[in-house]
Amino acid sequence: MAKQAAVEMKNITKRFGSKVVANKNVSLKAYRSEILSILGENGSGKTTLMNMIAGIYFPDEGQIFIDGQEAVIASPKDAFSYKVGMIHQHFKLVDVFTATENIVLGINDGKYNLKESTKKIKEICDKYGFEIDPDKKIYTMSVSEKQTVEIIKVLYRGADILILDEPTAVLTPQETSKLFDVLRRMRDDGKCIIIITHKLHEVMALSDRVSVLRKGEYVGSVNTAETSQEELTEMMVGKKVDLNINRSQPKDIVERLVVEDLSCVDRQGTTVLDKVSFTANAGEILGIAGIAGSGQRELLEAIAGLQKNIDGNIFYNDPNTGNKEDLIGKSPVEIRNLGVRLSFVPEDRLGMGLVANMDITDNMMLRSYSKGKTMFLERKPPKNLAEKIIDELDVVTPGVSTPVRRLSGGNVQKILVGREISSIPTILMAAYPVRGLDINSSYLIYNLLNEQKENGVAVIFVGEDLDVLLELCDRILVIGSGVVTGVVDARTATKEQVGLLMTKSKEEIAGDANE
Amino acid sequence: MIIQMITRAILLGIPMLYGAVGEIITEKSGHLNLGIPGIMYVGAIGGVTGSFLYENACGNSIDNMSPFLSVFIPLMCSIVGSIIMGLIYSFLTVTLRANQNVTGLALTTFGIGIGNFFGASLIKLVDSDMPSIALTKTSQFFCKELPFADELGWFGDLFLSYDFLTYLAIAIALVSAFVLRRTRVGLNLRSVGESPATADAAGINVTRYKYIATCIGSAVAGLGGLQYVMAYANGVWSNNAFGDRGWMAIALVIFALWKPDVAILGAFLFGALCNANNYIHGLGVEAQELFKMLPYVVTVIVLVITSMRKKREHQPPAHLGLSYFREER
Amino acid sequence: MSSISATKHHKEPLVHIVKRDEMKIWQAWLVRVAAIVLALLLVGFISMALTKEDFFTIYETMYKGAFGRLGSGSTVMLWNFLQKTAILLGLSLAVTPAFKMKFWNCGAEGQALMGGLASMICMIELGDKLSYPVLLLVILLTSILAGAIWGVIPAIFKAQYNTNETLFTLMMNYIATQIIKYYLYIEGGGSNKINPVDEGNLPIIFDNKYALNVLIVLVLTVLVYVYLNYSKQGYEITVVGESKNTARYIGINVKKVIIRTMIISGAICGIIGMLLVSGTDHSIDTNTVGGQGFTAIMVSWLGQFNPFIMILMSALVIFINLGTGKMADTCGLNSSFADIAVGIVIFFVVGCEFFIHYSVRFRHQRKEAKV
Repeated sequence: MAKQAAVEMKNITKRFGSKVVANKNVSLKAYRSEILSILGENGSGKTTLMNMIAGIYFPDEGQIFIDGQEAVIASPKDAFSYKVGMIHQHFKLVDVFTATENIVLGINDGKYNLKESTKKIKEICDKYGFEIDPDKKIYTMSVSEKQTVEIIKVLYRGADILILDEPTAVLTPQETSKLFDVLRRMRDDGKCIIIITHKLHEVMALSDRVSVLRKGEYVGSVNTAETSQEELTEMMVGKKVDLNINRSQPKDIVERLVVEDLSCVDRQGTTVLDKVSFTANAGEILGIAGIAGSGQRELLEAIAGLQKNIDGNIFYNDPNTGNKEDLIGKSPVEIRNLGVRLSFVPEDRLGMGLVANMDITDNMMLRSYSKGKTMFLERKPPKNLAEKIIDELDVVTPGVSTPVRRLSGGNVQKILVGREISSIPTILMAAYPVRGLDINSSYLIYNLLNEQKENGVAVIFVGEDLDVLLELCDRILVIGSGVVTGVVDARTATKEQVGLLMTKSKEEIAGDANE
Repeated sequence: MIIQMITRAILLGIPMLYGAVGEIITEKSGHLNLGIPGIMYVGAIGGVTGSFLYENACGNSIDNMSPFLSVFIPLMCSIVGSIIMGLIYSFLTVTLRANQNVTGLALTTFGIGIGNFFGASLIKLVDSDMPSIALTKTSQFFCKELPFADELGWFGDLFLSYDFLTYLAIAIALVSAFVLRRTRVGLNLRSVGESPATADAAGINVTRYKYIATCIGSAVAGLGGLQYVMAYANGVWSNNAFGDRGWMAIALVIFALWKPDVAILGAFLFGALCNANNYIHGLGVEAQELFKMLPYVVTVIVLVITSMRKKREHQPPAHLGLSYFREER
Repeated sequence: MSSISATKHHKEPLVHIVKRDEMKIWQAWLVRVAAIVLALLLVGFISMALTKEDFFTIYETMYKGAFGRLGSGSTVMLWNFLQKTAILLGLSLAVTPAFKMKFWNCGAEGQALMGGLASMICMIELGDKLSYPVLLLVILLTSILAGAIWGVIPAIFKAQYNTNETLFTLMMNYIATQIIKYYLYIEGGGSNKINPVDEGNLPIIFDNKYALNVLIVLVLTVLVYVYLNYSKQGYEITVVGESKNTARYIGINVKKVIIRTMIISGAICGIIGMLLVSGTDHSIDTNTVGGQGFTAIMVSWLGQFNPFIMILMSALVIFINLGTGKMADTCGLNSSFADIAVGIVIFFVVGCEFFIHYSVRFRHQRKEAKV
């Protein structure tokens, strides 16, 4: 007898506007006591599909069945009534509330009594092995604590179908394996677990079955035990791809940027960087690894002149004049006027690197608009640059006067990286430059970074995927809670080593503070 | 004299307290309602129209008027008028996701227009020599003092001598402070204003909360207009007399850090400032005009000081002024 | 969204709102024009209900209220219309650079009043001391300065502490009003008003006392358009308005831009104040600007920051204002009816943006899945 599926989706189609088809005729099943991976590239419609089970989106066509019964899930509330709970990639938590307040939010179970709820939360924690302070405010929590709150929130509502969207993206390898243990315990408890991911090794390590999506369409499902990473890649991308990054030996290494004892205090008065020292060499890619929010952003912004309240030295060795300049405390304009050709691809592309509502030409102008003596803008050179980048990097766009918000993630990033490289930098800093990009765009970016390195640029690459960091970079600087916890040779180091450096720091800092 | 000064300040502060509490309730749902000044006009004229009709129906004789109805009818007319304004605002900003600032300002223009239009029409109906309409009989019912107010000397004057809308204002402020802080409804409402996506994902009906908060907020604010006419102005309506109190109420929200109970003290302080020019002796008429600036100047100073504080809990709701669409990509 | 109309659980929602593709520009304008027409019809029907006049009389009265009897060659009303439109347009132009920067300058009223006050003081105090051209120059400069100062005070605090500018600028309006009242007392004596002053009046061109005002505002329109779209400073304003983070990232001094832009915004208001006092009334009172500062905010928004569209929008608002005012007058209604009408039109125009960005689908439109 065929097993009853916990969730079944039949011929689901979802469009955004008339042109974007996020899901097309997708049908799939998930069972209880099973971990199902939804595998697909960025932009293949995994999240959209799952959002329809969670009631965030409503399908344009098709049906959803829960335990064999047709279910109309028009809101998250409907989803709860079917015991479906989703942990979103961007946490849905209220920052100024405590963990308990967030967990009980939206539940109507008689009397409003936070003490009772806290007790119940502790029970759940004990059952599955979570550690959390229920009275802690969210904005003081680390990413992994926030994720724990999200999971407890779903369990507290008695969900037995759990969907997790890219849950490991922000975790260290150690935290990841802890999470996997919890998920396995839940599966053995009879729950149906669905995890959205694009990381193959996680699929292999965790799931029982895999369903693959490609460009919004369902490709097929296989049992994990009967497949290989190669087969899954082919299903995911549609053709065999070479997943190796060409890493050349660095030549003519010169010290380009020497950072000494760099400290930084943020607006709330917390120390986010504590005496960070390192050297970035020309002709080398220096990777920066660390748990999200360990000071990576502040480090790059401090170098770019965007952080106030900083202390220490940032020495720049000018390749043309041979002068040594200290960049500390200088504004971006002052740094530019010193002749430092510093390019910076920030983490927040549309919120910092580009202006979403401006067209491609005007975005090109961001770096160069102040050139020229008159008070008026010159639109011709940026327009030419825009056309050149569109042509060379194969940007898919209706034209140079299209607002960048209407481009897909990969094309947005090509515009940004293209603009930053076009100024022939001597230092190129890139924060999470492939986040959210599909495989082809990611490899294009890796190749661009490698090209810059071979041209003698000092490249600083902040990444989250340790596999990529180890394959792309020459050296890796590991930071934890704003402190440098180690520098390793990327050719010889292992993932576990780096992961350990990422977390070990925390205990060390705690230990230092106690002394 | 001090007692008189305080009671005057309280009476002047109450309309602003109503406006501020109404605005706080609305803002907690993430909507910045700059239409509050207009809504307060509508609340006032609603009450005036209701009591005008009732007084006429009773043949303009106080003996025919039932105390209950002469309070209940204006009260209901005021609330219904304000809620209609709240519905216009919520339909435009919640359902149609229109810009909140522009909608609010248009609502204020509209509301003041409604107030003055009906006000002038009523004035024309009674053919009065003065550009105002007096509903002193209804006002008497609104202003009934508490028992013993006269016998207890300064204590009676200070605590028992007010109209019932004044006590109601304080009660509403305290109750809403309690609801926001200690109840499930309050938690849900705050989450809608902080992060509607979170609230939505938690199964809270964001649209319903926004509508209800805006409408309750409007109704509360409208009562401020009613209190002004019936208690402060003794039942006399004249066009534009309510002035800029609505804007002061919105400033009071920031002063009170979005806490209704703190707004009570703030309202009395603002009330005292508005009245300060009458208590400084030896001022010429022209200097009086300069002194009337005081409440505005103090409001500005308050704005600056509150903006210098950076504590996370003292910030406006994080999603204030932004509209929410679930399927945003 | 679906929730308002969603009946019970497990039922498919009756209506469902989805984001639509970007509309073509002409389609978007079609929607806006349709909204304006609908609003005018609604205003017409309300007027009919109130006055018992027939449909066409209403609109005829409105037309006459705005333009007068053009057919019989009288242009008095037309010039009145142009003057009012020019003043509203001028104030809208003034607040636009600030808006584009997401700085809600609700203080155009006060900034224009201060500019007007500066003109008035110059006219009274210096009228007989300076030669006419010098006097005009002094009037222009002091008006600009006064408006700019009134505009820059909130900007400094916004730049420094992120102080809420909406309420700050509003309060500055009331402070300005009180200063005017004070000035009226000391200058006007007991009468509380100032008789028209003959010195320092703007010259009359084309035999019409409004023509110069209209011309100056037209020049300002072109200047603001060029400044916003083709100058480096205009570009900086756009970047700051869209994303302060991006502005910092490329090295724009955000505080400087906020302060500079509000100086410009206040300065234009100052010029409008001068046009009102030195160019029109030759006197001042608290009602000189007449609440147009608020309406200007809405006009600027409805004009999508484009000065040329703002010409049409201010003309529309003034048309409704004058037209319904006249209609109210002839039919025995109160003139506040004009405010109600303007409110209704703005509700329709801000509301119609929804239909440009979203579309509504009904339940039966969804196809059943093929099983």
